[in-house]
Amino acid sequence: MRIGVVTFPGSLDDRDAQRAARIAGAEAVPLWHGDHDLQGVDAVVLPGGFSYGDYLRAGAIAARAAIMTEIVEAAGKGLPVLGICNGFQMLVEAHLLPGGLIRNAHQQFIRRDQVLRVENNSTAWTHGFEAGQEIVIPMKNADGNFIADDETLKRIEGEGLVAFRYAGGVNPNGSLDDIAGLTNARGNVVGLMPHPEHAVEAGFGPDTDAAMKSGVDGLVMFRSVIERTLQTA
Amino acid sequence: MPTIVVDVMPKAELLDPQGKAVAGALARQGSTRFTDVRIGKRFELTVEGPADEAVLAEVREIAANLLSNDVIEDVVAITVVD
Repeated sequence: MRIGVVTFPGSLDDRDAQRAARIAGAEAVPLWHGDHDLQGVDAVVLPGGFSYGDYLRAGAIAARAAIMTEIVEAAGKGLPVLGICNGFQMLVEAHLLPGGLIRNAHQQFIRRDQVLRVENNSTAWTHGFEAGQEIVIPMKNADGNFIADDETLKRIEGEGLVAFRYAGGVNPNGSLDDIAGLTNARGNVVGLMPHPEHAVEAGFGPDTDAAMKSGVDGLVMFRSVIERTLQTA
Repeated sequence: MPTIVVDVMPKAELLDPQGKAVAGALARQGSTRFTDVRIGKRFELTVEGPADEAVLAEVREIAANLLSNDVIEDVVAITVVD
């Protein structure tokens, strides 16, 4: 099982995503934004960061990178793709996921250990969770405010495309319907603003009710995609 | 060389957090007659040769597909200035 992680100019968490893939039991394959080559990986992660300094719109320029041609095509054939934070912004800019992500309603960068509720546990990246399970994942962003027009929002909710919702009584950025992450209808493309790759090793994860820095809920996402890939292989 | 100006604004029905912050600053400094502020973007594209219909068609395409995201923004004007 090989998970590719694309590095763009301004990616910050590509190495963390590679580490998460390895801790989950996969081989991590570094991919380069300027290549038209996915190197035959079984899944792709678009990592967090500030590609191109968030110029134009967050994720907009990276969404038009060379490798995105291959990613959009492969996603259409069912390749699992996970967009984390800036990667989620790229997925909406590439129209692989609906809606848009704009500046946080309170105008501030926010960093917190955030409670999420798993809304859709049938995707390639979330089937290891229970439906309705509450998990803790760190988040850190300035442009995580999810918006969509009424018609799109109705479709997102009607088709069960909400993968994660902010929970624990906190909507940290003003996102419509408390939306923290989405899936496509097929369930192979998932994007979320919080960072599951930062919650994969006890001692280095988010604080939980159990203990400081003990959270490893993010590992489930990487294990889910490994398990799904091995099942279908 | 002609310059083509593309103006992009956040969609009217959607929240514009930056505009809202500026509106708050205006109110705090006593400029109370302004009820709303919205912040958009202005792009200036310089072209060699005349800004003919072929160039404008290309600008309309660029404006729709790169300079703006139609989920959150509208292209409100494309104008040629010399």
